[in-house]
Amino acid sequence: MTAEPLLEITDLVKHFPVKRGLLFDREVDQVRAVDGVSFEVRKGETLGLVGESGSGKSTLCRAVLQLTKPTSGSVRFEGREIAGLSRREMRPLRREMQMIFQDPYASLNPRKRIGQIVGEPLRLQGVARGSKLREQVRELLDRVGLSPEHYDRFPHEFSGGQRQRIGIARALALRPKLIFADEPVSALDVSIRAQVVNLLDDLQAEFGLTYVFVAHDIGVVRHVSDRIAVMHDGKIVEEGPADRVCEQPRDAYTKTLLAAVPIPDPREARARRQTV
Amino acid sequence: MSAVGANTLLSVRDLRVGFNTEGGLLQAVDGVSFDLAAGEVLAIVGESGAGKSVTAQTILGLTRSPNARIEGTVRLGETDLLGAGDEAMRSIRGDRVAMVFQDPMTSFNPVYRIGRQIGEAIRAHRRDVSKDEARERAVELLDAVGIPDGERRVDAYPHEFSGGMRQRAMIAMALALDPEVLIADEPTTALDVTVQAQILQLIERLNRERGLATILITHDLGVVAETADRVLVMYAGRVVEEGTLEEIFYDPQHPYTWGLLGSLTRLDRERPKRLPQIGGVPPSLLDLPAGCSFRPRCPHAFDRCAELPGLDARLPDAPGHRDRCWLDPETKRERRPS
Repeated sequence: MTAEPLLEITDLVKHFPVKRGLLFDREVDQVRAVDGVSFEVRKGETLGLVGESGSGKSTLCRAVLQLTKPTSGSVRFEGREIAGLSRREMRPLRREMQMIFQDPYASLNPRKRIGQIVGEPLRLQGVARGSKLREQVRELLDRVGLSPEHYDRFPHEFSGGQRQRIGIARALALRPKLIFADEPVSALDVSIRAQVVNLLDDLQAEFGLTYVFVAHDIGVVRHVSDRIAVMHDGKIVEEGPADRVCEQPRDAYTKTLLAAVPIPDPREARARRQTV
Repeated sequence: MSAVGANTLLSVRDLRVGFNTEGGLLQAVDGVSFDLAAGEVLAIVGESGAGKSVTAQTILGLTRSPNARIEGTVRLGETDLLGAGDEAMRSIRGDRVAMVFQDPMTSFNPVYRIGRQIGEAIRAHRRDVSKDEARERAVELLDAVGIPDGERRVDAYPHEFSGGMRQRAMIAMALALDPEVLIADEPTTALDVTVQAQILQLIERLNRERGLATILITHDLGVVAETADRVLVMYAGRVVEEGTLEEIFYDPQHPYTWGLLGSLTRLDRERPKRLPQIGGVPPSLLDLPAGCSFRPRCPHAFDRCAELPGLDARLPDAPGHRDRCWLDPETKRERRPS
């Protein structure tokens, strides 16, 4: 998996000002949400980004996708600098980079039908319309394990797992190269989680997708990732092949994180508790 | 498990909870029985819609409403909790049975100081306790759950606490009246893993030191393995398997339990190429399949599964290990993924 980088991030910084004052806002401090982060994502791989709440992983995604303006640093997609591009300049690039969100209850417009939700990116980007659009959406629904008859239904008629499939179909619609999945399975029931993880796996093989998989659950991240980057306090504290990071962590924070994951095996859990 | 043991504190028998809805009667809990002894941690495991939270809330009398149908018995010592009046239940809640909820962000009133809320919980039950005494008790409790500098923190507002601290404060409030039973409903689901580990240790310590009987409701088998003594696995309102922690993890009998155990991403094992998955989705409680509810998703289903299996002990050497599956134990051992 030594393919060329699809995405290169260098020294990315996103600070939020902390302001005080009634009439005149004075900047008194800064929250260093992303504080000098560098990494690359190679074509066809899955990079896992792990961190706890407040580590800056979601802000990092938003800054990479230019959904929030980075304070400084460089984001190169296929060799082209995209940090600081205007909305209009970003628009054609949005076809190449899509996002899957954590909460399948909040990320689908409750008033729109499934067909409209999944077809929206195709319509907005002017890729397809009319019966051709309908056809493509049906194919997408089928591909993510939903039935084409679901086209005219509303989001509330679906379970969490099915909604996440709808979100995945929407992200796939424009045949992107890169997908950012922000905690895509953490809101799902255990028996459904494996289904969605396996679906993402299949789609990656079929469409040659590249994933950035963001999650707090290092167990899931290790399963899906080729490489893992561990984030803590706005910085990447460790990065490496998934098995190496989990089996021989080098950074103290990575070790703490791994030691805190419950082991689903009573004897091993007991043994570990005695050694700690 | 069969007879009510001498040290049984809480005994639930054939609990059934149904709700009348527009779509018909929704049987959220369908025949749940268990005993809980002092100092024991019972885990109730299942997915959303399994009936685990409704079971817990019914024990506390929180599901009572005109459209609810509650049957069976729940006894706490000599007290019949299902038959107790609302007034009696109010004094039992908090005092004898306390509950900790999943979301520590919404369980406190944001406009009152933490100490005042804990103090109020005490004074609502013990009228003779003065405000100063209640405050002092709150400081002790914060200290007991590992919140440093309780003397100062007692005057903090909920928003000044992190998620983990708020969950600790929630537990402090639950402990305020020295209850016999603590029900923790997904107490760590909203927390980061490092904080989760601390909260689980805290629950375990309180359980050990105070002999607190604990019901831990969770969907996470990792959490179960770290804390529970016994486990109930629930699916679509029914218990499908129950046993000791070791029985459930090392000799699981129900294909749904196999599925739950198999779909875990484990750091202590080599990662499989593909994550074993349970196909399909949980059934709607308004439209349950006849017979075994897991049948439509079960790769091992056969014709007999059209008839509902009882929750029975099927292994001669483990009378407390019971399951709802028609496969004979021999076949199970052959088919069960290792």
